[in-house]
Amino acid sequence: MAAKTLYEKIWDAHLVREEPGKPSLIYIDRHLVHEGTSPQAFSGLKVAGRKVRRPELTFAVMDHSVSTKNRAIPLADPDAVAQFDALARNCQEAGINLFDMHSRNQGIVHVIGPELGITLPGTTIVCGDSHTSTHGALGALAFGIGTSEVEHVLATQCLSQFKSKTLKIDVQGKRPRGVTAKDIILAIIGKIGIGGGNGHVAEYTGEAVRGLSMEGRMTMCNMSIEGGARAGMIAPDETTFAYVEGKPFAPRGKDFQEAVEYWKSLATDPGAKYDTTVTLQAAEIAPMVTWGTNPGMVTQVTGRVPDPGSFSDPVDRKAAENALAYMGLKPGTAMEDITLDRVFIGSCTNSRIEDLRAAARVVSGKHVAKSLKQALVVPGSRVVKAEAEKEGLDKIFRDAGFEWRDAGCSMCIGMNDDVLLSGERSASTSNRNFEGRQGKGSRTHLVSPVMAAAAAIEGHFVDIREWSGVDGNE
Amino acid sequence: MKPFTKHTGLVAPLDRVNVDTDQMVPKQFLKFLTREGYGRILFYDWRYLPGEKPNPDFVLNLPRYKGASVLLGRANFGCGSSREHAPWAILDYGFRAILAPSYADIFYNNCFKNGLLPVTLTHEQIDELFKRTEASQGYSVTVDLEQQVVTDDKGLRYSFTIDPFRRECLLQGLDDIGLTLVHEDDIAAYEKKRLRVPLMSQPLDVKYHH
Repeated sequence: MAAKTLYEKIWDAHLVREEPGKPSLIYIDRHLVHEGTSPQAFSGLKVAGRKVRRPELTFAVMDHSVSTKNRAIPLADPDAVAQFDALARNCQEAGINLFDMHSRNQGIVHVIGPELGITLPGTTIVCGDSHTSTHGALGALAFGIGTSEVEHVLATQCLSQFKSKTLKIDVQGKRPRGVTAKDIILAIIGKIGIGGGNGHVAEYTGEAVRGLSMEGRMTMCNMSIEGGARAGMIAPDETTFAYVEGKPFAPRGKDFQEAVEYWKSLATDPGAKYDTTVTLQAAEIAPMVTWGTNPGMVTQVTGRVPDPGSFSDPVDRKAAENALAYMGLKPGTAMEDITLDRVFIGSCTNSRIEDLRAAARVVSGKHVAKSLKQALVVPGSRVVKAEAEKEGLDKIFRDAGFEWRDAGCSMCIGMNDDVLLSGERSASTSNRNFEGRQGKGSRTHLVSPVMAAAAAIEGHFVDIREWSGVDGNE
Repeated sequence: MKPFTKHTGLVAPLDRVNVDTDQMVPKQFLKFLTREGYGRILFYDWRYLPGEKPNPDFVLNLPRYKGASVLLGRANFGCGSSREHAPWAILDYGFRAILAPSYADIFYNNCFKNGLLPVTLTHEQIDELFKRTEASQGYSVTVDLEQQVVTDDKGLRYSFTIDPFRRECLLQGLDDIGLTLVHEDDIAAYEKKRLRVPLMSQPLDVKYHH
């Protein structure tokens, strides 16, 4: 039998039907749903007189517009209320389990899936959200879909798909101290460009990737879409199995042992061919900070804001000029000299317990800079929040001058009231620095949790490799 | 879905690379329950000044591009968020086709679900179209999906490739879900075969509500 990649193995195992010249029908094991991209799908079903085929494989959660403050206070935003009501009603009618904003398991969809064991190796997972790529960290095939496809999966539990090309991203050698999973993925996007992975499913390999915890792997896979790859994956290994074991929905006992045997068979076969291969040396990666208006506009913290004139392609030059004008930055400015208004630690990229532990170590016993208007920590889920509070991390953050909030997407997308004001500049552990992403006129710099934490203390970016409390194992 | 066969219309040039879907439909407009009415808010932050006054510097607000129905873009058009509100807004504004050198995967896919045709041309062809659009006021093209060709009345003729299945669905305006449900037997057979997979246990210690 021909050697196969991880992606090809999962694809083949989920083929319901294939026909030459047509997209294949693949089976979807888990369908995750949130309030933002689902209402039109449910109404489409109703109009066509169709039913949800497998409600027990569908999981819904409220995350995008939830308040991270006191949820006992009714929301002031009537549109958000209507959307939450619609989700609750649609789930009730279809028999779909919903983690509503009051559930103790509520959180960002891409945090709670893995945390609850809904996400498992070898499964296919979709959600009307581009950061569904996160779940690939467990060795699942997971990707974002549009609302029409949400409706399609609700109705058929299948998706009509063309097979993607495969992209191997090999990060060789050990990760240096102070360099996190976030820095690795930002370095990758900086190298391949934000459209570099278009048409591909990425698989991350190499010693630096193997050495990451599940949280770190999720951070990497999360941002696959920022490099254009709809899905990103990492072959399941002992780290994965240890993470999955004991999770609420995960198989138990003998079932778990059998599952592990199957999951072990999923790793890419020796000699399997990828359509494209990209190689990076971990030793060359430094803490990264974005300077522009997409995640590919990124440099090392010790670097400088580039001169648009240094771009040879006129289209790129113009894009850099636009970005610098929007960001209010001058070419040649040292990244470490950029001062901040707000710091946000959170989002489906970096809000898991390990992210919070790493940030807490940096800020412990220190205080956020007086020049800062706000420093915010938003745990990815209520389970993360509870664990952090058990460990006393909330106290460390509060003592250092951070606000400690309830779980949700929050300032990553600013659909609730956690936003930047026009012209304000943030260090953010989220995934997108697009114009207006964190509020109209917002200026976002994407960084790792330890960088965000250190920047909050200093009021500007710093080379966190020189800091104590940064142990290189975040 | 509205079929697409052939369309002639005024071209509007959006000369920016990597236009993301956050620009097409900013997040504050993701809270609605319908698929309609997004045309007004397309490119909101670029298009409007405070108070929703049209920004005179934004290309779609220039009088010469009023009524445009073919959108000319640059590489990696539609990157970022999976929000289908983006193609809904483009269509509702009045565009029927997009011409660009490349598209982000999810956006590209979403276009086809809504009868919006994303045509892929080479960088050189797109450059030429930008030149022609800017050079002559009222510049129009015809996008013919049946013939797979973009033409103007000055002799330009660019053929383009497109997946034959996607082309057929768009030409006929086929309902995706209907197409899949024809294969109900295959789906049922697959589910029977994989009865134990996906593995899922009765959850321990999980609360959906309070």
